[in-house]
Amino acid sequence: MNKISESIKRYDFEDKIHGKAVYTPDYHPEGMIYAKTFRSKVSRAKILSIQIPSLPADYFIVDHRDIPAKNVIPVVFDDQPVFAVNEVNYIGEPILLVAGPEKSVILEIMNKINVEYQTIQPILNIEEAESCSAPFIFKEQPHFVHYEYHKGNFEDSVKRAKRVISDEFKTGYQEQAYLETQSILATYDGDTICIQGSMQCPYYIVESLEVVLGWDRSRIRVIQMPTGGAFGGKEDFPSIPGVHAALAAIKSKRPVQLVYERQEDIQCSTKRHPSIIQIKSFLDENEEIIARDIEVKLDGGAYAGLSSVVLQRTIFSVAGCYNVENLFVRGTAYATNNVVSGAFRGFGGPQAFYAIEMHMENIAMQLRTDPIQLRRKYFVKQGDTSSTQGKFHDPIVLDLITDEVITLSDFKSKRSRFESEKLKGIGCSVFFHGCGFTGAGEAELIKPKVRLKKLKSEVEIFISNTEIGQGVLTTMRKIVSSALGIPIEHVHHNYPNSHDCPDSGPTVASRTVLIVGRLLQDCATEMKKRWNEESFEIIQNYAYPSHLSWDNQTFKGNAYPDYSWGANVVEVEINADTYEVDVKGIWAVYDIGTPIDEKIVKGQIEGGIVQGLGYATSEVLETKNGKLSQDTFTTYIIPSSLDIPPIFSKLVENPSTMGPFGARGLGEIPLVGIAPALASAVQQAIGKRITKIPITPEDILKEVQL
Amino acid sequence: MKIDFVLNEEEVSVDVEHSKRLLDVLREDLHQISVKEGCGEGECGSCSVLMDGRLVNSCLIAMANVEGCHITTLEGYRNSKRFEAIKKGFEKSGSVQCGFCTPGFVLAAEALLSENPDPSAAEVMKGIEGNLCRCTGYHMIVAGILEAKEIGKGLW
Repeated sequence: MNKISESIKRYDFEDKIHGKAVYTPDYHPEGMIYAKTFRSKVSRAKILSIQIPSLPADYFIVDHRDIPAKNVIPVVFDDQPVFAVNEVNYIGEPILLVAGPEKSVILEIMNKINVEYQTIQPILNIEEAESCSAPFIFKEQPHFVHYEYHKGNFEDSVKRAKRVISDEFKTGYQEQAYLETQSILATYDGDTICIQGSMQCPYYIVESLEVVLGWDRSRIRVIQMPTGGAFGGKEDFPSIPGVHAALAAIKSKRPVQLVYERQEDIQCSTKRHPSIIQIKSFLDENEEIIARDIEVKLDGGAYAGLSSVVLQRTIFSVAGCYNVENLFVRGTAYATNNVVSGAFRGFGGPQAFYAIEMHMENIAMQLRTDPIQLRRKYFVKQGDTSSTQGKFHDPIVLDLITDEVITLSDFKSKRSRFESEKLKGIGCSVFFHGCGFTGAGEAELIKPKVRLKKLKSEVEIFISNTEIGQGVLTTMRKIVSSALGIPIEHVHHNYPNSHDCPDSGPTVASRTVLIVGRLLQDCATEMKKRWNEESFEIIQNYAYPSHLSWDNQTFKGNAYPDYSWGANVVEVEINADTYEVDVKGIWAVYDIGTPIDEKIVKGQIEGGIVQGLGYATSEVLETKNGKLSQDTFTTYIIPSSLDIPPIFSKLVENPSTMGPFGARGLGEIPLVGIAPALASAVQQAIGKRITKIPITPEDILKEVQL
Repeated sequence: MKIDFVLNEEEVSVDVEHSKRLLDVLREDLHQISVKEGCGEGECGSCSVLMDGRLVNSCLIAMANVEGCHITTLEGYRNSKRFEAIKKGFEKSGSVQCGFCTPGFVLAAEALLSENPDPSAAEVMKGIEGNLCRCTGYHMIVAGILEAKEIGKGLW
């Protein structure tokens, strides 16, 4: 084992175990007041008028008229307003804020606000968006983006085909369900606005404040507070409460706390995109898969948000771990009058791998062949090209990963035994996760920069990446101290503050260890050479690796700088009375390169797997007339300790050539492959096909009764 | 109205509405920041405290019911030997990630071990069912409690 992999005590452990870590809602600076967001109660309407009651002293209304520069939250497209002005597009869209010293008075004021709406026919799902006509939500089209790409000679292959196997899969919403709701504190000293809060990406909030306030960056400061979970839900979303609280602090000249209640948080924050994915495989006379035609449709909700990037990851992942030379892949992110869909651990990957892995199961079933053998036949390997024609430069060890998971789980004998044992099943999935931003995004969009400072024998790390429970305050210290060869106690690293941390990019996309960790390792290597100098700092910029290429117009080239790989096996038994899925065991093998800390890695793996388990089973989240039906922890069911099967995980050794000490990205991949492995197991158990997730007892009952 | 109770072995008196939640009194009036609000409806256990030694969700307790009770939060519990055992167990097992649910799990572990000083893994799983964690997948918390029971043998 590499020395760096040995676990050490986490640097955030002491504060957290003693309950001394100060999260945003725990912090009450002198003179602080509260704010609450007044939101649309309808899914689509023109706002005809808003009546505000007379306000007691020290209470404020904050709305679009308080915005000094632009009423827009900048993400990819600038379509989402900070506050709705003339129209609303989803239930929960912010219209204004009420701020003041007492929460109860704020609620009384909110209850007296009256909005007169003139409703417009809403677009409530993908199917309605596909067939809708004007008025459109986004520009003059039913979608935010539509993409297509080809590989090989698709048309000719289709003509040669002797057989076509087609499927359609549906996946639902998923809520991140971080335990700490969205929380922001804003303070204004007459010159500088300071945002402290629960977040993944401090610089996203900096950029939003620049646009909305029209202020110079020198007057904007964003500081991450200890953050009670994020999982993508605090990637782009905190810019909204961040800007809201800032406007309230500037208007009231008091510190303003904006903390969502759970129900509000579930109703209004971003979710995993629901999807419909259609896959057609074309087979020749030898039953070889010669081409695939894949169409991905996502429900993006009312504003574009990150839908374009999520869609890109979905369509780049949806060909799976398989080398099929001829592809035609297209994807559309539709605009609907639902809550805005956004980032969630996996970022389009879980939908894609659910679809392709279930499709591979179906092909195996149709061809009466072993599903593992079928997969192996098409596994990509070093030197092959990806779905986007980027060459895989590094060794790919999918056969080894698959061997390990099959052996560990005793897959073969269980699979054959369960053929004759009712209500028992076992399923497998094989998957990857592209680490880092899509294409050349790291170099062209993010341009990450890190800073490492030496003062006598002490070294301090300055990066914008956040500690969201994944251990960044520990892993980055380990990378730097190992590269410098100094005791870790001499390496310091705090929660990021935009004032002294350069923009090393967002804490997303399984990129922090791979990209930012590597930059820090390079800084430390340089620093080591100059170690006899007493005090200096090194700033390192990211350079796009020369052996990679990407064309963002044609989607040709290396879709990601690096990849992590994995395989899962899930064993289930269906309860004969309740039709509930009892998960007997989960086996998981990954190539994430060198683990930077084995205990932290295990925590990421098990936590991700259990979120995948929820995604596949209990986490039902549906909209009815644009309103989410499950908006509390009583109705939206995340796994509890009683839902957890034994989990066996293992890493294979295959160091990355890119990441620090051979590490690849890890944060997302554990969630990605659970749903298809579980659904395959349920298929075997009931002898019927499963084409949607989450799988509920009602779904199983329906299938069994047919 | 005035309500007297014992917080972490010290007598306290607060003048609050009958219906005010114990959670709010602990956080706002008595600065017990380890007590977190996760859901406000008794589902997540982030606001767990011990009430006369029993684990309760402080978001579901109205102050009228607190008169004369002994309330323990992590602010008080963390000075105990039992806490040290739980702390070591959690450190060894990687039981803490984002940390927001941690105070609740520490008190859930105390409630469980004081009821049953030698629980099996399955009994620990059952004993923490009222506390939600979205980061760990629970096994590493269960391992932490099983470690704590060994480290703190004789304390419970």
